[in-house]
Parts: sequence; C-alpha cells; structure tokens
Amino acid sequence: MAAKFDLNDDTVVVIVGSGAGGGTLGTQLALKGINTVILEAGKRHEIEDFVNDEWASFAQLAWTDMRTTSGSWRVARDFPNLPAWIVKAVGGSTVHWAGASLRFQPHEFKAATTYGRIKGTNLADWPISSDEMAPWYAMAEDRMGVTRTNGIPGLPGNNNYKVLEAGAKKVGYKEVSTGRMAINSQARDDRGACQQIGFCFQGCKSGAKWSTLYAEIPKGEATGKLEVRPESHVVRIEHDKSGKVTGVVYHDAAGTIRRQKARLVCVAGNSIESPRLLLNSESSKFPDGLANSSGQVGKNYMRHMTGSVYGVFDRPVKMWRGTTMAGIVQDEAGNDPKRGFVGGYELETLSLGLPFMAAFLDPGAWGREFATALDAYANMAGMWIVGEDMPQEKNGVTLDPKAKDKYGMPVARVHFDDHPNDVAMRNHAYSRGRAIYEAVGATRTFPTTPYPSTHNLGTNRMSAKPSDGVVNKWGQSHDIKNLFVSDGSQFTTGGAENPTLTIVALALRQANYIAEQLGQKTI
Amino acid sequence: MRTMPPNDGGGPPASLDRRGFLAGAAALAVSGTALIHAREAWGLEVKALKPDTMATLIAMARDIYPHDRLADRFYAVAVKSFDDKAAADPKMKAMIENGIADLDGRARKAFGTPYRTVGWEAQRVTLLRQIEGGPLFKAVRPALVVSLYNQKEAWPIFGYEGESAGHGGYISRGFDDLTWL
Ligand SMILES: Cc1cc2nc3c(=O)[nH]c(=O)nc-3n(C[C@H](O)[C@H](O)[C@H](O)COP(=O)(O)OP(=O)(O)OC[C@H]3O[C@@H](n4cnc5c(N)ncnc54)[C@H](O)[C@@H]3O)c2cc1C
Ligand code: SF4
Repeated sequence: MAAKFDLNDDTVVVIVGSGAGGGTLGTQLALKGINTVILEAGKRHEIEDFVNDEWASFAQLAWTDMRTTSGSWRVARDFPNLPAWIVKAVGGSTVHWAGASLRFQPHEFKAATTYGRIKGTNLADWPISSDEMAPWYAMAEDRMGVTRTNGIPGLPGNNNYKVLEAGAKKVGYKEVSTGRMAINSQARDDRGACQQIGFCFQGCKSGAKWSTLYAEIPKGEATGKLEVRPESHVVRIEHDKSGKVTGVVYHDAAGTIRRQKARLVCVAGNSIESPRLLLNSESSKFPDGLANSSGQVGKNYMRHMTGSVYGVFDRPVKMWRGTTMAGIVQDEAGNDPKRGFVGGYELETLSLGLPFMAAFLDPGAWGREFATALDAYANMAGMWIVGEDMPQEKNGVTLDPKAKDKYGMPVARVHFDDHPNDVAMRNHAYSRGRAIYEAVGATRTFPTTPYPSTHNLGTNRMSAKPSDGVVNKWGQSHDIKNLFVSDGSQFTTGGAENPTLTIVALALRQANYIAEQLGQKTI
Repeated sequence: MRTMPPNDGGGPPASLDRRGFLAGAAALAVSGTALIHAREAWGLEVKALKPDTMATLIAMARDIYPHDRLADRFYAVAVKSFDDKAAADPKMKAMIENGIADLDGRARKAFGTPYRTVGWEAQRVTLLRQIEGGPLFKAVRPALVVSLYNQKEAWPIFGYEGESAGHGGYISRGFDDLTWL
C-alpha cells in the first residue's frame, strides 16, 4: 500500500531523514493527503532484526560514516570520529532512544529573557511560546502514548529505579517517579506493554517503545501517500534561478546517483547532517550554503549538559534488568541561579550493559582502579544527567577541509567547548548524584564523563529575525520559502529536557502549517 | 595462585584448542609455534608473531584490565586477533614485535627480567605507564576494551545476563527483585 512516486514528480514533498522529526512529519503529511517521499540514508531493519547485543546492535544501527571533531570536549580525544551516537536506519534515532518524553518548562522558551546576558553565549528566545506549543505537546503525547499523560499509568520501577528513588527521597527530593515515557505501560495503539527487556537502546524487541519505524511510518504508508526509500543518501539540495528549491540529489543502495524532484524539501537528518547538507548544497547563488544568509547554519551546536553517575553498593542491583530510563528526579530542573548557574537539569536512570560500560565508564582508563569498578558491575546503579547547555556560536558543524565521505562530499567536523555554565551545572549534578547514591549506602561512586552526543540540537536554529537564525517559527527557512528544517537542529535553545517530544510536537505543528500553505498555494 | 571461578563457563572457548596436558607445568609455556596453557588445558597456534611475543601480549592484557576471576584464556582470546593482524600486515607485525621487545628491554633494565616474569603487577604497570603513549599500547588497549568485555563466556563472571528478549524480558524474571533497600 506504500506509495511509489516518480523521480520526476515535482508535486511531492521530499523529506530527508526518517527519525523523530522526518518520520513524524512524513506520516502526518500523508495522513493529511499530501504526497510525500522520505529519503533515508540507512537501511530498514524491522523489530525482528534487532539484537540484544550492544556492539552487534551498534554495528547494525549506528551512524558510523566518517565525522571529525575539534574542541576541548573529551569526546574529541576519546572518540575523535564518533562525536555522536545516533542512528542511520529507517526510524532514525527513535530506534535507539530510551523514550523519556518531557515538555519544556515555559521559561525555557524564553532563555535569553530569563537568563539575561551571559558572556560567550548566543542565547535567544524561541519565536514560539509555551502556550502556543501546549496543544502540539498534547497531540504528541497522545500520539506517542506517553505515560502519566492521557490517563496512561506510569511504568513500574525496576531495580535501578528503586535505588534512585530511595536515595533521592533520603536527600530530600520530592519529584521522583518513573517519569513520562513513550513506552507502553499497557497495550495501546496496537502495540503491547513493556516486557522489561532492558535493551531499549538496541531497538525495542516488543515494540512497546514508540519509534517512527513501526509506530508512525506504517500508518503513513497505509494511506498510499507516503513512500519511504531506504539506503537513499541525499548529498545535495538543488534550486532554480529564483532560488526556490527544486529537488534533491541522492545516492541509492547501488550507489547510483538519482535526482528526486520536489515541490518542497524538508531537512531532518539530525543536527549534524542537516547543516552539513545545507552547507554542501552551496551554489553560485548561495555560496555559503542554502538558507545561510544569517551565517548561522551549523552554529550554536548544543548537546545538552550531560554526564553520568554510577554507584557501587555492597549488594546486587542488576541495573540492566528492565526499562533503561524509566526513572527521574526533577527537583533540580528549574532555573535557580543561586546554585551558581542558570538553567536546570534532570537526573534519569540509566544502565549500560557490560560491553558498553567498559567502553564508556571512563574512556581510555585501565589498570586496577578501572577493572575493580567493572568487577562490581552487578552491584552498580546508574543515572544520567541531562541539563540545559548554553548555545555558543563557536560550537558547531563545519565542513571538514580534508575528509570526504564515500560519495566525495566533505564530512561534518563537530566542534565543541563546554561553557563555564555547563561545567558549573555538571559539577553540581555530579555532587547531587553522588549524594543520592551515598544516602543509600554506595561504597564507591563514579562521576562519568559525557558520552558521544545522543542529543544533538540547535545547528539551524529558529529565530524571529532572519539575521539571528536559519528558520522561522514554523521551521521554514528565512531565505527559501519551500525549504524547511524539521528536526532537532531547529531548537533555539535546548532546555533541560530530553528533546524528542518537542521535536515530534514541532513536526506535527509544521505538518499543519505546510498543509495550510500548500492548500493556499503560498508555497 | 589464581583460582578458577566456579561459574566460568566450562572449557576453553571454541577459538582455542583443547589439549590434554600434565598438571603442574608452568602456566603458559612455549612449544614450537604454539602456546600451551597446561592448567587451563588449551593451546594456541601462533601464526605470525613469535610465541613469546604472544605470551607477553596476554600478560600485558591482564595487566591492562586485571580481573582476578578471569582465566588466562579470556585474555588469550582477546588478543589473538593481533596475530591475525600481524599475519596480514608486515608493518603491524613489526610494530608489535618492536613494541614487545621494547617492553622487555625496559623490564630487564628496571627489574632484571623480561616483562612476563617481573614479580609484581605494580612493577609491570610502571612499565606500561612508560609506553602508554606509544604505538603498541595505543593499538592494544582500545581493541582489548571491546574484545575482552564482549566475550559472552565472560559475562556470567561479572553477573551480566546478556540477551533477554528470547527469555521474555525480565517482566517475570526479577526486574524489580531488589529487596535490600
Ligand atoms: C541511545 C539514545 C537514547 C536516547 N534517549 C532519548 C530519550 O529518552 N528521550 C529523548 O527525548 N531523546 C532521546 N534520544 C534522542 C533522540 O533519539 C533524538 O533527539 C531524536 O531521534 C532526533 O530526531 P531527529 O529527527 O533530529 O534525528 P534522527 O532521529 O536521528 O533521524 C535522522 C535520520 O536522518 C537520516 N539522515 C541523515 N542524513 C541523511 C542524508 N543526507 N540523507 C538521507 N538520510 C539522512 C539518518 O540516517 C537518520 O535516520 C536518545 C538518543 C540516543 C542515541
Ligand atoms: S524495556 Fe520495555 S521499552 Fe525497553 S526494550 Fe524492553 S520492552 Fe522495549
């Protein structure tokens, strides 16, 4: 029932990428009756193909095409060619993701106004308010089946959660729960309830976790209006003399160059590939890349202030059992500058299997201090810190001057330096995380360095004024009317919350706008 | 004397040959082009590297990630691929042989004996710290962090249970069985 469109059909909407942004947008457009083609660089792996094996799953799903790094972040030293841990497959990073689904707090849409001028930052307010987002958040929560919304019960707490909850309550935290998760706590939307398998990051084998791969795209395909073309790597967006976008050039599975015409193009390749594609699409008319009159394409890269804390106890925890991230402490999420930084952070349960724990607990470390930590693996509990980081113009994605991919296109170079606010917040979170575990008897704790980025944001940011950012409040590029950005790269600022619910809400909102504009023939 | 854990998964991994040997021989001995581990009853044919080099790599692997409950065979499996790489690439072979010769040289100078027979782990670690920035260490450690900890036979020793979907997840198998809090 999936559609099949002609390469020369210039009435279709073309979306680059099938993840949280692209997969949702494409499905929603199809449901609205709009012919849509999603071009996805990765393969299509279905639920039965997923493997409960961290490295094998990484090889199956992760984006491992060449990227380079620079900057003072430790990732550049430890994983110089893996700045981000994200997916290259149909479904994008919603195959890997853990399901934590939180709304931004109202003040986070007004970061510049709330936090004031902070040296070294490029803070701006979103051109959208919390009130404007509310109905779209509600729609996204319903769509994704987020627990603790729409009357859906919370998930049961696993062992890792029990430790977090007990410790957090001992140190006086109040907002402690198994969180709002886009994971079925009971059967819903033709998908079953969570089986507590514990490999949420490796693709949910039960389908309980929302992913565009099986919870959205098939619904779009069923309308006969959506075609998803896997193994279709877009290398360039083309435009006509007037500057309007006319289609995209991509390499298919066999490596053959194809040209798909389009009425409108939406870029949703995640915050590293999306700006790279715009930059690589430079032309004599747009020598600095498409949609880049502001010079902001690729700038203001954010990855959330992250880190982890693991605690070792004298008795077993077996943190790997059950839902990876169903546990949260939200008391530190607000903005309270008295703590020595602006913005806030969440503490969420996290577990890694033994193979990933070895690779990520303290990358590069060795010897007995490290080995004894892993000897205690079964007695470990873990939490992840996710907080708002500061947008800085110098952080971002540029085209590497030397390295090229297999299609001969310059690869993305990702530069990142922590802002002092990020460092202050991380140190605060490390100490609170340790306090939580020590309160319930941890004999040893590890303040663990950030992993390669799982949240990648901000590199084509939204702005009210065209000179401050790349897209307007609808994700439509300021410069080119029929070119949209539909992923996390639109974020003006990052908030303290995991980003996907906001990406999905924005995609639903954008679908509405695009349908209206196409209906009114303004694009 | 290291002791074998009760739950170490039984015999040698498939990639090592089981051999019958007399008990009581030295832990890891060289015989022709093979390494022979009498106590753990396995042997390893070395194709490209000197068997002594391989034995030192195994010792080095244990000193990098020392887990007293892991038998030598896990370390042997973890570094075996360096013999394959050496067989395929003469530059790699030279790098490893030179690196190990250098390590042994440093051991002789500091402690009067080759690396493998330096008495204390702490002493061997001082030697590893000296070569930490060199090509051998920089090749071995990142490979080892995957090849050692990704051995399914080793997971039970750490308590890690691995694949779970095939067992129906943990919904009825103790996802919330922690009672000590
Ligand atoms: C391990 C992990 C855990 C996570 N947990 C959470 C969580 O609990 N909560 C949360 O909110 N978020 C979580 N995230 C983040 C979340 O997955 C992402 O924020 C979200 O998926 C990003 O959506 P996106 O549309 O921007 O990009 P993606 O979902 O990454 O989709 C981008 C897609 O575009 C494709 N693509 C890129 N370039 C091209 C090209 N040139 N041509 C064709 N296709 C291309 C890619 O292959 C990819 O499939 C997690 C991420 C990871 C990796
Ligand atoms: S724990 Fe639940 S959500 Fe996670 S993979 Fe298993 S069934 Fe899916």
